[in-house]
Amino acid sequence: MSSGKVITAVLIVAAFAGGMYFGGGSQSPVITSSAGGASYGGGYDQTSDADANVESSTVVKRKDTGTVIVVNDGESIMAAVQKAVPGDTIQVMPGKYHETVYIDKDDIKLVGVIQEGKRATLDGEKKLNDAILYSGNNFIVENMQITNYKGNAIMGQAGNNFEIRGNVIVDTGVYGIFPQLGKNGIVEGNIISGIEDAAIYVGMSDNIHVAHNEVFDSVAGIEIENTRHAIVENNYVHNNTGGILAFITPGLPIKTTYDVIIRNNFVVDNNTKNFGAPGSTVGGIPAGTGILIMAADDVVVEGNIITNNKTAGIIITDHHNAPNTTIDPESDPAPDRVMILDNLMMNNGYDTIDEVKALMLTEFKTNDNADIVRVGKSEGSCIINRHRYVHVGVKGWKECEFTNTKNVDTYLLDEPVPPRVIDPSERGKVVYLGICAGCHTYTGRMIGPPVQIIQALYMDNPQGLADFIAAPTKKRDDYPEMPPQNYLDPETRLAVAEYMLSRKN
Amino acid sequence: MRSFLAVLVTLAFSLPSQANEVDAGKAFSLNSQCPASFSLENGVCRLVSQYQFYDSVQGRGVGGTQTSLPPYRDGFSPKQIDLGRILFFDPLLSKDGSISCASCHQPDKGFSDDLDRSIGVTGEKVARSAPTLWNVAFLDKFFWDARSNTLEEQAMGPLFDPKEMGNTPEKLLHDLNSNAVYKSLFAEAFEHGGDIELNQIYKALTAFQSSLISLNSRYDQYAHGYHQALTSQEIKGMNVFRSFVARCAECHQPPLFTNNQVAVIGAPEPEGQPFDIGAEKTFNHFKMKGGFKVPTLRNIVKTPPYMHSGRYDNLREAVAFYNDGRGNAVPEDMTLYIHWHITSPELTEDEVDAIVAFLGALTDESLTPRIPDTLPSGLPPVDSNYQQLTNTNNNNLKLNNGH
Repeated sequence: MSSGKVITAVLIVAAFAGGMYFGGGSQSPVITSSAGGASYGGGYDQTSDADANVESSTVVKRKDTGTVIVVNDGESIMAAVQKAVPGDTIQVMPGKYHETVYIDKDDIKLVGVIQEGKRATLDGEKKLNDAILYSGNNFIVENMQITNYKGNAIMGQAGNNFEIRGNVIVDTGVYGIFPQLGKNGIVEGNIISGIEDAAIYVGMSDNIHVAHNEVFDSVAGIEIENTRHAIVENNYVHNNTGGILAFITPGLPIKTTYDVIIRNNFVVDNNTKNFGAPGSTVGGIPAGTGILIMAADDVVVEGNIITNNKTAGIIITDHHNAPNTTIDPESDPAPDRVMILDNLMMNNGYDTIDEVKALMLTEFKTNDNADIVRVGKSEGSCIINRHRYVHVGVKGWKECEFTNTKNVDTYLLDEPVPPRVIDPSERGKVVYLGICAGCHTYTGRMIGPPVQIIQALYMDNPQGLADFIAAPTKKRDDYPEMPPQNYLDPETRLAVAEYMLSRKN
Repeated sequence: MRSFLAVLVTLAFSLPSQANEVDAGKAFSLNSQCPASFSLENGVCRLVSQYQFYDSVQGRGVGGTQTSLPPYRDGFSPKQIDLGRILFFDPLLSKDGSISCASCHQPDKGFSDDLDRSIGVTGEKVARSAPTLWNVAFLDKFFWDARSNTLEEQAMGPLFDPKEMGNTPEKLLHDLNSNAVYKSLFAEAFEHGGDIELNQIYKALTAFQSSLISLNSRYDQYAHGYHQALTSQEIKGMNVFRSFVARCAECHQPPLFTNNQVAVIGAPEPEGQPFDIGAEKTFNHFKMKGGFKVPTLRNIVKTPPYMHSGRYDNLREAVAFYNDGRGNAVPEDMTLYIHWHITSPELTEDEVDAIVAFLGALTDESLTPRIPDTLPSGLPPVDSNYQQLTNTNNNNLKLNNGH
């Protein structure tokens, strides 16, 4: 804080000396019209992203031809998931379901059927941990109602191309919707309340769209954390402790957050007392925070209605000035290139915390209610129409060279992230070298007989060898019995048999 | 009971000789084939794994079931790997020829030992427990306190630590250079005929350790799509493990079951031991006090006791530590900046049991390398006490082989 003070004091002196004190004195303010003007180019170039390079990939789009599996009240959703194969849709009829549904396969669509307003409800009865856990790609979950879980309502780990839409989530513990480590995902049209961390928490992900959600009565509304190329727009974020957050949390394996657009959201009345877990990152957020940018880079804040947040409308901080953060030598702690375009901000900071009051004093502001508070380092940041807001710490920021983000519709990919297709011959090699070679060498005796001997037996019969791999029988007294390799699918077993028979050394 | 043990002991004795028949008559020539899971390409060994075909956000190799591996070390020649294997097991590398790398990193103990803190050349316990070496190819932080970033740099630690192997660079070079067999093996592996150099020793040890791959557990079969590989109890455990109540998978992230980061969790020291500041020293920052590397959980059932200090004898105790709540063992009068994922999950006893069951599904030692039968130094491989320790371990083995 003290170094921030020194920097600020120097800036004030310089500004007065140059007669450029924006938004004060008798100088006319710089008014920039956002009706026209240049548009932000965005920070994402799809052509340079290998995952989005669809020309050379064999994109498997979601199959529309899958089976529809209907789950009725009293039946198990998980039983349907176990039955489902990629492409299938699971329709869950209205009723109460008490289970954890985990989906470790691709292309599954889980749809809660709404009939005359009645929804399929997953109820954890405060005993179960998470409601829905997915790791498969192309997972879609729609229109479920989820309540009373201890962990998360919907949690994803590394699934790409997810769509989480139209769900109603009430009081589920830590996070409402938590896609993590995924690329190309949508979270839209959900209603979420009563969450002790973030209602929507996108963690360590890329190419994300969070839109049209209503999140309230939670500690954090929407959190974009260690994530790149994200748009948060048209959400109604109210009565949380903090509204919308763009963070770098230190100590995680993915080290950056950048290229985030927060636009056209209602961020109002986020004054709920912080009821987050002690020590959690959001546990240190002061109640009454509209938008909080911590260490994240290239964040655009545009067109939001930010009102009645009692600590401040927008807080921009580095790690050093944020409570509850640890350190990470591999993460840059400063929020650089923050861009504040036009926003409607009113009646923020009316009952603020001492730290903000102290910061305001560094700019000789004593009775003002803070719309924008910046503390700590921030390089390359910009703002337009700063005279509209009560602010501290942004006086030295330059004018932005653009006034809107019209050029950026979405950071979602034109085509889904393709699955990595392993051609059968490659698969044969991988399985042979990764698994079989632990017991077999070409000529020598190891745990199993030499490959040469196997070749002599099966040279013209790869299918025979594949069948043996699936269900081996003991053939040699002087070798241990081979464990069945039936966990490999038939195609892989044949591929590995063919590969083994083709070995020359 | 006794007869059962006798069978196990016999097995333990017979396995190495059986496995070594391949080498009979050509002792100390280096293998020109790559170890299992590696493909020989342009003279060097390249890792092959199904995980390489998956995606990972930002290429960091962390995430869910089908997630790619992070960047890793490979590209060593088969001979360098094999030379590293011989060196690894040779007590010649220690000050007095009493212990080798493998004394504290024993293949049949998950490349660890069964001690709370390892015992070095002085017979005293060293500062911390011996970490497993399985899958070290994927790491870029070494030692519990993350003080080195390469395996080569790491090798110097135990070699020259007075309480570990106690050697000096001068003596190590002298001993190896005066050994005609080693001189010829190094010349073969590094294709030059001069004196053995320190960096060649480090490189060979690195090459061998990078070949210790464990990615074929029953969990991996599940991850690749064969869901029958896990029992219902293990699946239950997996779901508790990755739930956001327990949050185990937030730091022990698949597929390696570590996120390769340092975390302050507030694990206790054994009674009477002073508090270990861990990574505070490495990073010179008070917020890292008590911080240690997140260890992999692969082959975790093979490596008791657990934590940096070997504080917990079994996995259930280790899991229970987390369940006992955030900061439950932080000394009074001490402030630790405990990782935000450490909470008070209040798991049921059944859920704790299920996690332990799931951890058992992470065992895969199918690619365990062979211990050399004899060594260029003429010393017994590993150390003179090895067989006795092996027998002890085999008692544990049967406890852990539930499946």
